[in-house]
Amino acid sequence: MSNTKTFVYINRKAPYGTVYALESLEVVLIGAAFEQNVKLIFMDDGVFQLTRGQDPEGIGMKNFSKTYAALGDYDINQIYIDQQSLDDRGLTIDDLQALVYEDEDDDWNEKSSIHLVNREQLSDIIESADVLLNF
Amino acid sequence: MPTLHTVNKSAFERNSLESCLSVCKTDASVLLFEDAVVSGLQNTTVSNQITQAAGSGIKLYALSEDLKARGLSEERVMPEITLVDYPGFVKLTVENDRVQNWL
Repeated sequence: MSNTKTFVYINRKAPYGTVYALESLEVVLIGAAFEQNVKLIFMDDGVFQLTRGQDPEGIGMKNFSKTYAALGDYDINQIYIDQQSLDDRGLTIDDLQALVYEDEDDDWNEKSSIHLVNREQLSDIIESADVLLNF
Repeated sequence: MPTLHTVNKSAFERNSLESCLSVCKTDASVLLFEDAVVSGLQNTTVSNQITQAAGSGIKLYALSEDLKARGLSEERVMPEITLVDYPGFVKLTVENDRVQNWL
């Protein structure tokens, strides 16, 4: 396992207005094939990527928000949401979709992948990275 | 001779809305669309700017299709903001004498 590195993806853009959110998700899913240690951070307008009930049909775009629910199946279960970014935007964690995974070390019990964090914790997560990818 | 101002960038990320409001006449209309619709949510760090603008007489609008795309329900939008759909967007451009797009 010496080839395992920690990849941290930092997502800071709202979805649909730019292509960053979709591109990030695609890179994360492609990267998942390499069985690395992956952490996703959603901060600033990136928290809008995970809102519940997205429906972009009226603006002629594909709804990719449902794909986030598949991350758990790809062993991507370290998802960090910045509390301050939610607060600044009048959002709470309940406005975001629930993301879960099945824990193989605990009889496949379903657990939440989402962790609410503050800026100090974010700073530690960034420090834990071997590779940082920004979208 | 009113002007329609359109803003398509999030006020949490860019200063487009702030610049727009700082030069808006009080008879102007401001339409938030694309990523800018997030700026119209209640209880945010930019709510004060919107309240002030509305108080000065500026008419504020947000494109409902873009709110829906981002999972943001109408009830989450500040009461100062009127929701319009795409035909409403067209109507605003026709009703005003010019369109200033804050890219």
